[in-house]
Amino acid sequence: MSHEHARLRVKTWIFAVVVVFSNVFGNLFLKRGMPPALATPLEYITVLFHPWVALGVLLLIVWLMSRMALLSWADLSYVLPVTSVGYVLVAVAGKVLLNEQITVKRWTGIGLIVAGVALVSGGSVPQTAHPKHKTAGAGP
Amino acid sequence: MRWLLIGIIVAATTAGEVLQAAGMRRHGEIRDFRPGAIGRALAVLARNRFVIAAVAAMAVSFFAYLGLLAIADLSFAVPATAITYVLETVLAKYVLKEHVNWLRWAGASLVICGVALVSL
Repeated sequence: MSHEHARLRVKTWIFAVVVVFSNVFGNLFLKRGMPPALATPLEYITVLFHPWVALGVLLLIVWLMSRMALLSWADLSYVLPVTSVGYVLVAVAGKVLLNEQITVKRWTGIGLIVAGVALVSGGSVPQTAHPKHKTAGAGP
Repeated sequence: MRWLLIGIIVAATTAGEVLQAAGMRRHGEIRDFRPGAIGRALAVLARNRFVIAAVAAMAVSFFAYLGLLAIADLSFAVPATAITYVLETVLAKYVLKEHVNWLRWAGASLVICGVALVSL
């Protein structure tokens, strides 16, 4: 049973890292390519073909798929706090790449988020609710 | 305009992510990551009503988010939509029937305080 837990934990960490980084960089690239305003419905479509926006969308597709895989075994109430470390990385990326200011208040908030993530991810097993039935075709 | 967009994003994201979790939980753990197996899993998931509804809700959320990013800073847009975090943790307990123990509530509370500090 402890071997099963160790296997799930490693797999969970790998997918959590992919989920977090695809989300942070997806958002960053979207913002980078976004014009100052989207006026007509057509502009919502044409903006998708802007290179930075397209790269952002591609990363958000990776985010969606990896998050779906992660949620196939891990609880939502586990995935939410663990992947919220992305809020920290968005702030850091904003400082480094977009030259935004990070105030003391903001650093305090970042510290609280990191503490919350450590509490949830360090202590608990990712899965508590068990599936009612499994569908064939998902794996061996 | 920006608060209307945030309202749409929060409602659609919360619905989408809870439906996504419900759909994936019904599907069961994905263990095989070879390309063929992933293709088969996607084919199964494409007929999963929860996953279909989740993708539709997240598409609404995505276009509202594009509109928000055009008029607002990234450092405003991302934390402002973090209220979904609170709603989803509550729904995880009452709709998905997860056992949200004191450690998860404590962690969730810390994250909420942190997000409030970052965004306000």
